[in-house]
Amino acid sequence: VTVTVRLFAYYAETLGATELSLDLDGEPTVLEAVNAIRRLPGGSVIPPNPLVAVNRRYAQHSAQLSSGDEVAMIPPVAGG
Amino acid sequence: MMRAGIVDGEIRTAALISEVAATGNGATSIFLGMVRDVNDGREVEGIEYSAYDDMAVAEIRRILEEAAARFGVEHAVVEHRVGVLAVGDVSIAVVVASPHRAAALEATRYIVDETKKRAPIWKLEHYADGTREWVGAPDTAA
Repeated sequence: VTVTVRLFAYYAETLGATELSLDLDGEPTVLEAVNAIRRLPGGSVIPPNPLVAVNRRYAQHSAQLSSGDEVAMIPPVAGG
Repeated sequence: MMRAGIVDGEIRTAALISEVAATGNGATSIFLGMVRDVNDGREVEGIEYSAYDDMAVAEIRRILEEAAARFGVEHAVVEHRVGVLAVGDVSIAVVVASPHRAAALEATRYIVDETKKRAPIWKLEHYADGTREWVGAPDTAA
């Protein structure tokens, strides 16, 4: 399963990318994507339990991912 | 009409008021958020806003639908600005019109609060002393 990962704000700055492609084995969940990203250089900036959106909607860590999904790591939001 | 937008230029409040106007509306409620000169005791020069644009629009649309269901409002617009803003610039406008004031006021409050909590938007504060910090980030991340 190949998903597109989107990174923002200080997650993007620390990991040095705003978008990357991630290959995951089997029938991966959001949590497995989070764990894979946290293993990248700088990935520890992302906490073990981050907010995640799949296809522009907040998702549970147990949600199943499909090929082509857009998985976004959402830093603490601060709009307004 | 209900609309959410992420914009990179000045928010034109008068245009938003016109957008929600309808002859049946006797009340229009407006909230404007502005960049403040001090945050947590530090002198702020400006704020750089960034957003996950597509999702921010989608999430604010969901909030507008919730406000419609809760308060019965049918005319609301939200614009959030991104880019570098100076002190005093408007960062967010929420404009709601409805037949009576209670629904417009309550819906405005709901939309502002939920947008601040849920819309994927971030701010990088630039301070007068030359430093900068991501609002909401742990100290080590800036």
